[in-house]
Amino acid sequence: MWVFVAVPLAVEAVWVFWPALNSFWLSVTKWNGVGVPEFVGLANYADLAGDPVFKQALLNNVIWLVCFGGLSIVGGLALAVALNRPRRLVGLYRSAIYLPMVFSLAVTGLFWRVLYQPDGTVDAVLGGLGLDSLVRQWLADPDTALGAVLVAAVWRQVGYLMVLYLAGLKGCDPTLDDAAAIDGANALQRFRYVTLPQLRGVNTVVFAVTVIDSLRTFDLVWAMTRGGPYHATELLSTYMFQQGFTFLNLGYGSAIAVVIFLLAIGFIITYLVRASRQEVI
Amino acid sequence: MAVATGTPARDAQAGGVTRHAGHRPGGGVVFHLVMAPVALLWVAPMLFAAAIAVRSFDDVTERGLGALPASFTLSGFVTAVTEVELGTALVNSLIVTAPAVVLALLLSSMAAFGLSRYEIPFRRTILLGMLAGNLLPPQVLLIPVAKMSENIGTYDALVGLVAIHVGFGLGFYTFVLYGFMRSIPREVTEAAVVDGAGSMQVYWRIVMPLSRPALAALAALATTWIYNDLVWALTILQSQAKFPITAALLNLQGSYVSQWNVVASGAMLAAIPTAVVFFAFQRHFVSGLLVGSTK
Repeated sequence: MWVFVAVPLAVEAVWVFWPALNSFWLSVTKWNGVGVPEFVGLANYADLAGDPVFKQALLNNVIWLVCFGGLSIVGGLALAVALNRPRRLVGLYRSAIYLPMVFSLAVTGLFWRVLYQPDGTVDAVLGGLGLDSLVRQWLADPDTALGAVLVAAVWRQVGYLMVLYLAGLKGCDPTLDDAAAIDGANALQRFRYVTLPQLRGVNTVVFAVTVIDSLRTFDLVWAMTRGGPYHATELLSTYMFQQGFTFLNLGYGSAIAVVIFLLAIGFIITYLVRASRQEVI
Repeated sequence: MAVATGTPARDAQAGGVTRHAGHRPGGGVVFHLVMAPVALLWVAPMLFAAAIAVRSFDDVTERGLGALPASFTLSGFVTAVTEVELGTALVNSLIVTAPAVVLALLLSSMAAFGLSRYEIPFRRTILLGMLAGNLLPPQVLLIPVAKMSENIGTYDALVGLVAIHVGFGLGFYTFVLYGFMRSIPREVTEAAVVDGAGSMQVYWRIVMPLSRPALAALAALATTWIYNDLVWALTILQSQAKFPITAALLNLQGSYVSQWNVVASGAMLAAIPTAVVFFAFQRHFVSGLLVGSTK
């Protein structure tokens, strides 16, 4: 019976736990992938502290977390509330909104790259509306690139959070809502004081998932801009990948990876605590 | 957890709530006036991509990407499959996805079975540890995994990609299946043990068939995750002939950057398999997404 657990655990240990530990070791070395890694102490971290691109990536990650998280949480919750009750076409609306979830981020990136092209749909629509002053090269302009990529990310994420919130709303007690309605509470008050408090559990999961997803974000940015132009869309993940695999600064890349890990760990623990509270464990 | 893998999803699909409080007759029009454009806006990027995919190259260059289609041709798709060899990439994706999903579910169901049926010490810690491994940002693992793959000879090999997908996904699948298997009454398996069934038989003949709903939900979800992966493919693989469809698409962007009809066709081709999974297993897909959200 031990074999049932030992084999999968060994597989995960080899491909996940051992590499994760190795990351910490590599982050205190200088290594180009050939020969033996040279121990340099905390030099990589000291370099990171003075690296303007790293600071830009960190700042972009914060912007990403706030905008990506904020917009998709608000959007997902609003859509879940709107589409919670059975009505005609509700199933169709829900499907339309979470359909983007099934496409890879690389495909999502392509779709949106096409839309953002200089003579593409976004600019054509803006021109058609008489908003010619807004027409621009969305992904090539450092001022708009991050926002443009964010739109694509939110477009995909909203459906996922909507599904999570729909599940949460199913768990809400409908009699409370009805009682509040009889007491004369309007829809907004009922949402604020009756529904929202009951969604606390889902919110914990959503926040943890959002932070972890923000720190993981790589595919979409890589497919759309590769962190450019001029690092305008650089995130910790893309910078780490570039340092590690384009420039072969494996020690330095590992140090960025460790920073990502440290930023994520608090939220991973939050998620685990919440998961372990569920009665099934 | 067990609840999450089954019932709420069915409700979500069928629009399960039976309550009608506050449902005014006049509200319907406003509701559809708001929701129909929102839903349309959501599918619009896909529709535009599809419209560009079926336009001819000349049509796109002469009248611009943003123009409405004035031509219909499948030549973009033909170019994508023949010249860019997206067909090969699609096959690579399937070669990786199918075994990775099967192996990951097999191993995780074993772990979940062991943890849920036997008094294994520290089983909670083991379970949460495994889940934590899956929650790690992959960036933490990329460099060591790439180096390890070189050392053991699975670098630039599809089998290496399968291995990492199995290892990385195990924690989450185990966690979900554990929750489900815990909900199977002990009496069911105890009866089989009394009748002389060994652990292996209980696992394969009783627990696995009973876990089918959870396995289906995870299979639908794992298929899209593994098929959609980009970062591991870029990390493990080197030669373009071995690229799965996601990585091949990025190359396509580089070399066919002016031929947007080909690029859009490629994106459509890459999107079709997951779209099929989505429509065929919609209920399972949604219930998979729900895991961990409800109490």
